[in-house]
Amino acid sequence: MSAQLQPKDFATSQEVRWCPGCGDYAVLKSVTRALADVGAVPEKTVFVSGIGCSSRFPYYVETYGFHTIHGRAPAIATGLKLANPELDVWVVTGDGDGLSIGGNHLMHALRRNVGFKILLFNNEIYGLTKGQYSPTSRPGTRSPSTPSGSFDTPASPGLFALGSGAKFIARAIDVDKNGLGSVLEAAHGFDGAAFVEIFQNCIVYNDGVFNAFTDRDKETDAQIHVKHGEPLVFGENGSKGLAFDAKTMTLRVIDAKAQPADVLVHDETNRVLAQLLLGMNAPEFPVALGVVLRQPSVAFEKTYYAHQPTQMKRTGSVAKALRQTSVWRVDEKKPAKK
Amino acid sequence: MMRASRSRGCSMDDGSSMDSQSVVIRFAGDSGDGVQLMGTQFVAAAALAGNDFATFPDFPAEIRAPAGTTFGVSAYQIHLGARPITTAGDAPHVLVAFNPAALKVNLPLLADGALIVLNIDSFTSRNLAKAGYEKDPRQSGVLDGYQIIEVDITKHTLEATAAHGLSKSDAGRCKNFWALGLVQWMFNRDSSAIESWINGKFAKDATTRDANLAALRAGHAYGETAELTAALPHVATDTAQFPPGEYRGVRGGEALALGLAAAGELADRAVVFCSYPITPASPLLHQLARYGELGVGVFQAEDEIAAVCAAIGASYGGAIGVTSSSGPGIALKTEAIGLAINAELPLVVVNSQRGGPSTGLPTKTEQSDLYLAVYGRNADAPVPVLAARSPSDCFEVAIEAVRIALRHMTPVILLTDGYLANAAEPWRLPNMDEIPRITVNKPAERKPGQDVSAVIFDRDPETLGRPWVSPGMPNLMYRIGGIEKDIRTGNISYDAQNHQAMTDMRAAKVAAVAKFIPPQKVEVGPERGSIAVVGWGSTYGAIYQAVRAIPAKERVSHIHLRHLSPLPSNLGDLLAGFDRILVPEMNMGQLATLLRDKLGVETIQFNKVTGQPFMINELVQKIRSLLTAKPAVRAVRGERA
Repeated sequence: MSAQLQPKDFATSQEVRWCPGCGDYAVLKSVTRALADVGAVPEKTVFVSGIGCSSRFPYYVETYGFHTIHGRAPAIATGLKLANPELDVWVVTGDGDGLSIGGNHLMHALRRNVGFKILLFNNEIYGLTKGQYSPTSRPGTRSPSTPSGSFDTPASPGLFALGSGAKFIARAIDVDKNGLGSVLEAAHGFDGAAFVEIFQNCIVYNDGVFNAFTDRDKETDAQIHVKHGEPLVFGENGSKGLAFDAKTMTLRVIDAKAQPADVLVHDETNRVLAQLLLGMNAPEFPVALGVVLRQPSVAFEKTYYAHQPTQMKRTGSVAKALRQTSVWRVDEKKPAKK
Repeated sequence: MMRASRSRGCSMDDGSSMDSQSVVIRFAGDSGDGVQLMGTQFVAAAALAGNDFATFPDFPAEIRAPAGTTFGVSAYQIHLGARPITTAGDAPHVLVAFNPAALKVNLPLLADGALIVLNIDSFTSRNLAKAGYEKDPRQSGVLDGYQIIEVDITKHTLEATAAHGLSKSDAGRCKNFWALGLVQWMFNRDSSAIESWINGKFAKDATTRDANLAALRAGHAYGETAELTAALPHVATDTAQFPPGEYRGVRGGEALALGLAAAGELADRAVVFCSYPITPASPLLHQLARYGELGVGVFQAEDEIAAVCAAIGASYGGAIGVTSSSGPGIALKTEAIGLAINAELPLVVVNSQRGGPSTGLPTKTEQSDLYLAVYGRNADAPVPVLAARSPSDCFEVAIEAVRIALRHMTPVILLTDGYLANAAEPWRLPNMDEIPRITVNKPAERKPGQDVSAVIFDRDPETLGRPWVSPGMPNLMYRIGGIEKDIRTGNISYDAQNHQAMTDMRAAKVAAVAKFIPPQKVEVGPERGSIAVVGWGSTYGAIYQAVRAIPAKERVSHIHLRHLSPLPSNLGDLLAGFDRILVPEMNMGQLATLLRDKLGVETIQFNKVTGQPFMINELVQKIRSLLTAKPAVRAVRGERA
């Protein structure tokens, strides 16, 4: 690999089989561009996925790829990292795969802080099984399995990750190539489990579910792109800001020009702030995008190797291990006797 | 020397009579009484004295059940002597019971006329009530016909350790060593190995060390100073005739762990062992966790599914992925095993079987997961299945399982059971230099312009194993998964003929394992005869001894299977040489079904699911009953006996 690879070098010969207009196409494009931009080495890069529309992803990236079983990609990727911690591993999952059937593995991958990227494509619906409601569907979602509307409380992927102990949480919109691109690059540079929630539009079963903050005419007031060390402002010319109300321990939206001193500055190492930002929903609040949380971190597999007495290297011999107990000799003809 | 009051009149090695050739001893007490430690130390001394031995720890599922209750009784049985010892013995000749509950639980197991050492300090009205005795058994007549030695073990222990300044409860805990000292005297053992173990174990706690040593010596002196010589037997066991070599004692769990580590060494690959704690499989996890310098990494996963998936991930990454569990956990792993089949990745799945269904009997042994191993997955999903037959055999079988997994690029299921995992026997140490190395299917060099699939799916025509290509290898990037793939290109394929071809290929791959299996041998008896007793797994020792106890003129043979799927190629012909086939199993007839399915042979089932291993004697009785009731019709393929 001499010359810098281009995004097209990460495309495979496989025909992409997502529905026309699916948000996954945009994500695929951003991912291949990010791979080129960060100088990813194809033979050291692996995409591991579970089951669902998003989990077809590995077939379309010219790296190593493993399309596994429903919900289990984080567990398989963990074993892969233990076998070869040098690999650059990306886990691709969805709201059903990652938060329903695979919720347990996602939680443990995050708390262990295994060194891979987790891209959770959240479209708030089951696409591949034809439109049933998902664990992130909003109450009232009409689907084949909830004809009169769903009524259970949805999970928030970001807050789930935070509660699981994730040290890196970022969010982006499928078609926002700049926002998604910078989040992917940040995730790539993180030493640990980098959790990225991607708001992904399912054009067939849940079209427009994120319009409240992704529509062109709403995005200025309904999105806030957070950056470490910069004021949390949004709206036309940064006219609005987020402030902390100490009495209620909540965020509120203020006039950033009138009260500039009250505008919070984003601190990506602050878990309390991350919780408040991840809990914001449109239209009352802007939806927080970008790197919401990034804390100092050492990946699980590095600690794992460091804890191994010989860093997984075979320095001993079985012949010796066999004899690490009381051993007695029986000589020719006459049995051993004390 | 003491003899049981009634001999069963045959020379079988079921321990039906105690003599200098063979004796069965059982220690029993509360979970906290230290009987397991007492047992292992006694065995260590016996091994050094040149005895053959087999042991069977029998402990409750509860960690610390309420003291004095029958369900909290923990026991350790040892069979030792001069003849080849292959089981822990049927009926103990000697029982050391630390409390009434231990007596109550173990009395029904004892040989006629057995010697019972009772710790009478524990025979209080409260303990008798907890054990469910309405009257003191020493007065009620239930002990008639046994030799009873009453010893106030606790009192003597407290006296012996008084000088060492332990609290009363800590001093009382030395009573297992006091009792061990007494038993050491009974069997004329040298205690220096036990003393040096105590010195090492309690090196940092001089008080405890000295108190335990004092208790051990006091117990020995108690026997020696003739306070009870009239009643207490003093038994000398003959030493066994072992082939020359280096020996150690080994439990099945240890041998399995060493075997997996050895397989890694022989293949020159790391072993990544991923597991979730479960009884009785956890000892393997604990053992392997200490083998870092043997190139073994251990990962305790969040659940059974994660454990098998992490093992698959490790295999995909080029390490030898191994997972382990017991029945309930293996059931959870089945979907992932299917993934490894489809992706053509190596994987070893160890199943330490236990009583079931569901939670069942976690600490009791059973062989009831053979169906699960051979048939228990969605779709046509065959895998090779092997079973270990004795503690030391676990070593060889572990190597064999890895060898098959890597040669054919397939998951392999290795069956052991709770009995094997914890039972111990002497083991002649293998010479690692004499074990053939395990070769890895290396990918060919990819030629310029050649499609990568031509390398990845270039299956060996004999084994149908594909090259083991792992991320990190340059120029061989490929995608794989659980979706059916084209047999040549590996791309997703829903093509009807291709699915047929892939299904055929997967079946042929497992069948191909048989080409590498040595012909099935007969363990005992002639190659053709009247009855073949066919077993698998941990019933080996009991069947072996039972068949040896039958006179040769009856032409009864013992055949024991290591390979259950595929079966050895010659097995059908071998079985055809016998009039009848008896299949003893610790399940309700799973091998019998398998033999009918694969070979079309009808068998006579002998099934036991009591959570306890087969007794030699019950097998002998069964064989004898068959010999006296001659078959009306000669059993041939497809005919019922």
